[in-house]
Amino acid sequence: MREAISFLLDDRAVTVSGLSPTTTVLDYLRTVLKLTGTKEGCAEGDCGACTVMLGEPDATGWRYKAVNACILFVPALDGKRLLTVEHLRGRDGGAHPVQRAMVDRHASQCGFCTPGFVMSLTVLHESGTRPSRAEIDEALAGNLCRCTGYRPIVDAAVDAMAVERAVAGAEAPAVVGSLAYRADEAVYLAPRSVAELDEAVGHNPGAVLVAGGTDLGLVVTKQHRALPALIALEGVAEIAGVAETDDTIAIGAAATYETALPILERHYPSLGAMMRRIGSRQIRNRGTVGGNIANASPIGDMPPALLALDASLVLRGGGRERVVKLDAFFTGYRQTVLGPGEFILRIDVPRPTPDVRLHCYKVAKRFDQDISAVCGAFRLVLDGGIVRSIRIGFGGMAATPARARLTEAALLGEAWTEATVRRAMDALDADFSPLSDMRASAGYRRTVARNLLLKLFVEVGP
Amino acid sequence: MMPVGSSVPHDSAVRHVSGAALYIDDLPEPRDLLHAYIRLSEHAHARVTRLDTTAVAAMPGVAAVMSAGDVPGVNDVGPAFPGDPIFADGLVEYHGQSLFAVAADSIALARQAAMAAVVEYEPLPAILTIDDALAAAFYVLPSQTMERGDAAAALAGAPHRLSGRVDVGGQEHFYLEGQVAMAIPTEGGEMLVHSSTQHPTEVQHLVARSLKLPDHAVICETRRMGGGFGGKESQASLIAVVAALLAQRTGRPVKLRLDRDDDMVLTGKRHDFRIDYDVGFGDDGLIHGIDFMFAGRCGMSPDLSGAINDRAMFHADNCYFLENARIVSHRCKTHTVSNTAFRGFGGPQGMMAIEYAIDEIARYLGVDPLAVRKRNFYGTTDRNVTPYRMTVEDNIVHELVDTLARTSDYAGRRADVAAFNAANRWVKRGLALTPLKFGISFTLTHMNQAGALVHVYTDGSVRLNHGGTEMGQGLYIKVAQVVAAEFGIAVDRVKITATTTDKVPNTSPTAASSGADLNGMAARAAARTIRERMASVLGVAPEDAVFADGRVTGGGKDMTFAELARAAHRARVSLSSTGYYSTPKLIYDAATLTGRPFFYFAYGAAVAEVEVDTLTGEYRTRRVDILHDCGASLNPAIDIGQIEGGFVQGMGWLTSEELWWDSAGRLRTHAPSTYKIPTSRDVPADFRVALFDGGPNREDTIYRSKAVGEPPLMLGIAVFHALKDAVAATGDGTTPRFDSPATPERVLMAIEAQRRKAGV
Repeated sequence: MREAISFLLDDRAVTVSGLSPTTTVLDYLRTVLKLTGTKEGCAEGDCGACTVMLGEPDATGWRYKAVNACILFVPALDGKRLLTVEHLRGRDGGAHPVQRAMVDRHASQCGFCTPGFVMSLTVLHESGTRPSRAEIDEALAGNLCRCTGYRPIVDAAVDAMAVERAVAGAEAPAVVGSLAYRADEAVYLAPRSVAELDEAVGHNPGAVLVAGGTDLGLVVTKQHRALPALIALEGVAEIAGVAETDDTIAIGAAATYETALPILERHYPSLGAMMRRIGSRQIRNRGTVGGNIANASPIGDMPPALLALDASLVLRGGGRERVVKLDAFFTGYRQTVLGPGEFILRIDVPRPTPDVRLHCYKVAKRFDQDISAVCGAFRLVLDGGIVRSIRIGFGGMAATPARARLTEAALLGEAWTEATVRRAMDALDADFSPLSDMRASAGYRRTVARNLLLKLFVEVGP
Repeated sequence: MMPVGSSVPHDSAVRHVSGAALYIDDLPEPRDLLHAYIRLSEHAHARVTRLDTTAVAAMPGVAAVMSAGDVPGVNDVGPAFPGDPIFADGLVEYHGQSLFAVAADSIALARQAAMAAVVEYEPLPAILTIDDALAAAFYVLPSQTMERGDAAAALAGAPHRLSGRVDVGGQEHFYLEGQVAMAIPTEGGEMLVHSSTQHPTEVQHLVARSLKLPDHAVICETRRMGGGFGGKESQASLIAVVAALLAQRTGRPVKLRLDRDDDMVLTGKRHDFRIDYDVGFGDDGLIHGIDFMFAGRCGMSPDLSGAINDRAMFHADNCYFLENARIVSHRCKTHTVSNTAFRGFGGPQGMMAIEYAIDEIARYLGVDPLAVRKRNFYGTTDRNVTPYRMTVEDNIVHELVDTLARTSDYAGRRADVAAFNAANRWVKRGLALTPLKFGISFTLTHMNQAGALVHVYTDGSVRLNHGGTEMGQGLYIKVAQVVAAEFGIAVDRVKITATTTDKVPNTSPTAASSGADLNGMAARAAARTIRERMASVLGVAPEDAVFADGRVTGGGKDMTFAELARAAHRARVSLSSTGYYSTPKLIYDAATLTGRPFFYFAYGAAVAEVEVDTLTGEYRTRRVDILHDCGASLNPAIDIGQIEGGFVQGMGWLTSEELWWDSAGRLRTHAPSTYKIPTSRDVPADFRVALFDGGPNREDTIYRSKAVGEPPLMLGIAVFHALKDAVAATGDGTTPRFDSPATPERVLMAIEAQRRKAGV
């Protein structure tokens, strides 16, 4: 077991000890390393000014991800390679192609967001693809610019992608085994196997699990609360991926959105399209489906679809496992059936049969990177114009993500007609009594939720 | 490449993309630096019955705690009128108001310590909305009325009359770099303040006043801001003053940087407005008379609200001749944060009023809104006097709008939109063209002045300083282009330096789009003074010396600029000069709101097409065409950047950017997680922006260019009206009251109202 954090800063091996484990990478860069090119714009992962490039070693070298340094804890760098705007250069030793294109296209004005855009685009550049405008927008959804109106940045992205990749390789640090990092009266454990995870949870009953930390980071940066014991799931290989069997998609609790997205999208395109709007690329590179569920937020975007799909959770605690249906998991506002020392190990999602349609709708003030006012998901099976099966999950309509059971009942076994759907819309009023807040009024939530049923009918057709 | 008129990159572009451009929080930290934190009030309106900071001072790492009684000088940073206490003195008037400040060894320690104070309140009734303030006649400044002709008689005699109300939302600046300052005590009790401010002179003066120092003992320096947009015109002062107070108290450098949430809660925003209109018009849509009531939410103090609400009145005409107009403006006081300057400075709200009224006229008459707009345009030789009695001498709106209507195929697309809407039940499109005319000059006439300082060194390199600040708008490079052009040298021979009050004193804020107009002229004056002296060394009259391509020729001599500089030095001729400029022609009577407050007008227009999902209210902007007037542009790339950025910011203001206060007066949208500015996807893929070839500015501005900072924001009004057009397409062609921001919620609720009206 290792007690110090080891990572590569560009191509230089760095070892960290004695630093509080909840120090953010952004603070570490700016105040310890004095690398001030990376900026703080919001300290909550919503503006992208702090975007850095994180390399994870794989068989071919490094797999790069754009991440928000402002909500990433330093121990998460362990075994990885960190690149900031100061480390970029082109093959000729001058500016990196992305940097050059940004200058040539007049893509900076005040310049404060610029390093973050440069890093997001450099990661895209390293993918070696020729992205479409939509793909560029997706890569930039987590970067806010208040000056330019984005057009020159998008143009710079297009220009840069025509130039060959430029980030030089570096030898991965020989980091093996789990991490047990202690400093400043706090502990950060990064087990490497489920067995080690069991042990870590067993020995640290009050510890908080880090499944990406894109929400947890805000406990430190916004609520300024201490987190004395953290256990990170990301190194637990058995649960970091997504496995498919004949009838199930098994999503490990440590699988990020970006890991799960292509597989879920292949089976459920509408779910994939919705997932591309969750957070931003930076958030999806760290955030996990498991974390989104365990968080038990009423406005999480994965639960409605997973409720509609009748997903099951495999919970583990004290070395024992049990299976709970997702629709029995949430017990109240931010409350779940998880017992002490129990955690989500895996999410099992049924694969679709050919007659299954899934339609997901995320309604928010802004298309990208916005928390839903209402999120609705509908799993529908029609048979000869009759509703054979219907499951509906909603977020933003109640204290927990929830099924619309009365609405389901109003549809089940009925003829799939606009009249049926309009009756079901009335049933929805009985299912939910949403609240008014800064995202939406109760009236809008109710109206739009009703209309989503109609939208489903319009999209599916009579 | 000619320095003026070419697309020279921003002077800091290379540093921006490499992370080497230093903002205040990036500066190397001086030894013994302390970090400050401001504790904010937790009530919208309350007496502070107890403020005990004993425990704060006792916390580890704390060097100083200061509240109202500890300010040596004046405890107020109001820019024009008093009313903005540095620290609340027994009374808080908004949730988030500054109570006291702590300086400690780290920001975390300062924050922790601040939370250890005992604060007790006696809550008082709070007025939180414009309607409540109007009902109570609760104002920060007296109401104003602007009148021309006889609006009442014209309304009474008009063939048609419409009246109604529309509310226009506020806007958070969301500069990416939050408010920040670092104060460094220097010898003799003086103070150097690095401030992210658009107004270094005001920061200097307010620091001096609060520290009880003469102005000459304080220097304020600003190299660059990470965005300003008006939000760092008056709002930067409090941050700088608090840092300086703590620095004076401790004798140590102090940095104060607000985190995003505190920044959004503590500092002011764009005024939201209630607009009541009563308009009379003929069958052809010609306005006979109009009566406006503007109620702007100023928040708890006057700040700059007088001039902002004035500017709303000055733009209630936009491009339209209002022969009989009455515009009443109330400056409402509420127990919310004091609203402040924001790109457009009230102009956008005034423009929204008239554009809304005109759209309503068109929908009532069942004609294309563009026809009604054109019917009411100012004339070029007659029908050209504004409600404030200024003659519009430079009207180019007819050609500009006709050109844009043609290049955007407005008429063809109007038919396409109608055909699309006829064929689609659930998805509707909308199209709108809106023009703009924006008055250029500070309406406070004395502010229209600027100074510059230019040094030529004996190697022919030039060092430039002026009173304008750089917030991303490209002012520094534009002024450097001017100086390079005057000396006939390359732009990179001109070194741009940080704005600082000890080089150029008594400056105006970089605001009102005036930066290049004022400082460019001042720098040109300085360069011309030096040029004249250099010509004398050459032995020729100033007009006979030609400065071009790095050489100077005249009187049969030809030498490099550097050679002439050396010759001047040997001849004991000064190569340094100040330059000064004051805008001519401005005659304005603030008491009667009449005269010529503006040197000239900038014009532009936009066509927006949107597509709305009528089941959710969500929408996409499909295409935008913009034609904008920059006169003879100093730097087309920089100007295009201002146009595009301004448009997108204006679009955000009217669509997704919603400020939401709860019933206790707490702002609940105080971070980007809840306050949504546009992202790249919100910008239409089909985005066609061009500079209008309307010739040089007819007024003698710097190289006949036109100001460009604020006007393009109002191009975003086209998107709002395209959405209104799409809503109209879901019913009988009219719309219910349609407030901004037009969030998906507002769009859907308007559509649902249309459906109910139509019984579907």
